[in-house]
Amino acid sequence: MTYHLEFSALLPYWQDLAWGLWFTIVLTVVSTIAGIAVGTLGASARTFGPKWLGAIVRVYVELIRNTPFIVQLFFIFFGLPALGIRLSETTAAFIAMVVNLGAYSTEIIRAGIDAIPKGHIEAGVSLAMTRLEVLRHIVLRQAFAKIYPALSSQIVIVMLGSAVVSQISAPDLTYAANFIQSRNFRAFEVYFVVALIYLLLSILLRYVLRLIGDRFVRVG
Amino acid sequence: MSDFSFWIILKNLVWATQWTIYLSLIAFVGGGIVGLILLFLRTSQIRWLEIPTKLYIEFFQGTPLLMQLFLFFFGVALFGLEVSPWMAAGLALTLWTSAFLTEIWRGCVEAIPKGQWEASGSLAMSYIEQMRYVILPQAMRIAIAPTVGFSVQVIKGTALASIIGFVELTKAGTMLNNATFRPFLVYALVALIYFGLCFPLSWYAKRLEGKLNVAR
Repeated sequence: MTYHLEFSALLPYWQDLAWGLWFTIVLTVVSTIAGIAVGTLGASARTFGPKWLGAIVRVYVELIRNTPFIVQLFFIFFGLPALGIRLSETTAAFIAMVVNLGAYSTEIIRAGIDAIPKGHIEAGVSLAMTRLEVLRHIVLRQAFAKIYPALSSQIVIVMLGSAVVSQISAPDLTYAANFIQSRNFRAFEVYFVVALIYLLLSILLRYVLRLIGDRFVRVG
Repeated sequence: MSDFSFWIILKNLVWATQWTIYLSLIAFVGGGIVGLILLFLRTSQIRWLEIPTKLYIEFFQGTPLLMQLFLFFFGVALFGLEVSPWMAAGLALTLWTSAFLTEIWRGCVEAIPKGQWEASGSLAMSYIEQMRYVILPQAMRIAIAPTVGFSVQVIKGTALASIIGFVELTKAGTMLNNATFRPFLVYALVALIYFGLCFPLSWYAKRLEGKLNVAR
């Protein structure tokens, strides 16, 4: 049996792909911002907060880092309704992404904070800066400059991982691919093209993150 | 009644865990072999060997693992080749793993001082000999920690094989959930089993890293 490639079979579905791509981009951007916010809070709590809070953050980080994203997603989407928390597939996808990236960025940012010499913090305190000012201007600023590359690649990994949200019917790019494939039975063409779109997206994302890094994240 | 089904769920999940472990081992060992070959090509300084390797790595690192699984499972079948979930999952995960391991190991090879290359080169060693006797033995020491760390990603990666119908831990969880309608319990147990597999490895990787930093 021979199979003839027919990429033009995708053309009628370009709008589905565009909407899926848009969803994936929004999902990535929103969960990146929220996830880094969670990570900043988590890392600050672990380093400067009370012991019990640090312990809770640690359990959160280890639980998320040592379980597959798809299981976290299923737990949130299928498991939580048993506790009366019913989420739409889109909300569940966003929450799962933020929870996931939050844990990884907590660990990454914490490593950055650990790398800051204690003398810098003491110097800040001796200049009568408040704890919050020290945290913001001295600790986090330097920590981010140090760990920015690691954080960037984690963001790309999370973006690629977001393909899994299609499994709870969140309408992302992979969901669009599955939908088109079920209509025109052109599985290879669809998945190949969508894989290339993801590839371009990750190259673009890396580029944008580098631009942002050059512009905003510098050791002052 | 509820106690009864708890044990049945747990028993089935533990049973399915073996397939997660087998698939992880296949992907890790297979990925390691392919990765080692690619490492030689990638660091060979021969352009026509390096560029395809680079593209290969870029493709497998820059696209979702799920897409790769779909391509192997649904895509290749269209060309008349019979592909079982086993084969598709094993192959996709092996290639995916190899791309990451190559990049990790390349970093380790590049961390070896240039003088080592020059010294072994001046002893008339060929590229393969240089790698085999001089560079790799030293690079291996720094490669262990990140390699163990990556094995955690491989185990977590196998969870995606459930989507193409490979019955491992995650798929067993989905099936048990459909049968018992106890998603909270089932997915919590699934998560805990993964945690039990991955956490020791993460912990060990971290310890190795710490040891290495002291040695330096």
